[in-house]
Amino acid sequence: MATDRGESVHDIAAGLREETVSREVVVVNAQGLHARPADLLAREARKWRSRIELVNDSQRADGKSILEVLTLAAEAGTRLVVEATGPDAREALEAIGSLFERRFNEHDDEHES
Amino acid sequence: MKFSDFVATDTIRSHVKADTKEGVIREMAQSLVDAGRISAADYEGIVKAIMKREDLGSTGIGRGVAVPHTKHPSVNRLVGTVAVSQKGIDFQSLDGDPVQLFFLLVSPPDRPGDHLRALENISRQLRDDSFCRLLKAAKEPIDIQTLLEEADSHGVVS
Repeated sequence: MATDRGESVHDIAAGLREETVSREVVVVNAQGLHARPADLLAREARKWRSRIELVNDSQRADGKSILEVLTLAAEAGTRLVVEATGPDAREALEAIGSLFERRFNEHDDEHES
Repeated sequence: MKFSDFVATDTIRSHVKADTKEGVIREMAQSLVDAGRISAADYEGIVKAIMKREDLGSTGIGRGVAVPHTKHPSVNRLVGTVAVSQKGIDFQSLDGDPVQLFFLLVSPPDRPGDHLRALENISRQLRDDSFCRLLKAAKEPIDIQTLLEEADSHGVVS
């Protein structure tokens, strides 16, 4: 049993604080998750201590890296799962989800991509 | 999408002369005009549209890379070009670093998916540090073309 050593108990306790929460989001921008929304997303994700990942059918991307977010090539209508793990996971997830809901402040073809 | 699907090989530049953001965008757009990929009549409009997009937020996405781009009705397919600045250019990039690698994209307004897949390919390949380093060290356009072809055939392209 791991509990016969004191540090293991601490390890387990530390592990429990690493809460993972997730939610599904939909890319609603007509232009998809292109450079500007990917930048906004990575900026928001970097405000949080938690690890933030975006998951689609085939891959996971670090939400704090614009390069990784762009590799998802998420078009309009794409469903993604956002996962946040860490001490501020819930707040981070809320903030990221809100960005998707607000269409990254884009109103379809108002902006150049 | 592969580099060969959108990079016009005769437009690649290994030593841009420009030392400003607008300068490098103009030089790259001019290379597309010279190669007949965009018309001279559209040059000014395309440059202005790319600069307008930069005003919304720099496309310098970090790691010394920028992807200046715009949609433009004059192209019926995605047209792109690649340029390297040997000394690096201040591009107000997201990480503040000067930019040495430029991928300029002009896409038809009705094809946002193609634009996304080009960005995907560029960002996927550029996660490879040695690919970035080798591109920056290119001596001639042919070196860049060879690296892009290598990435197309061996890289992790989806």
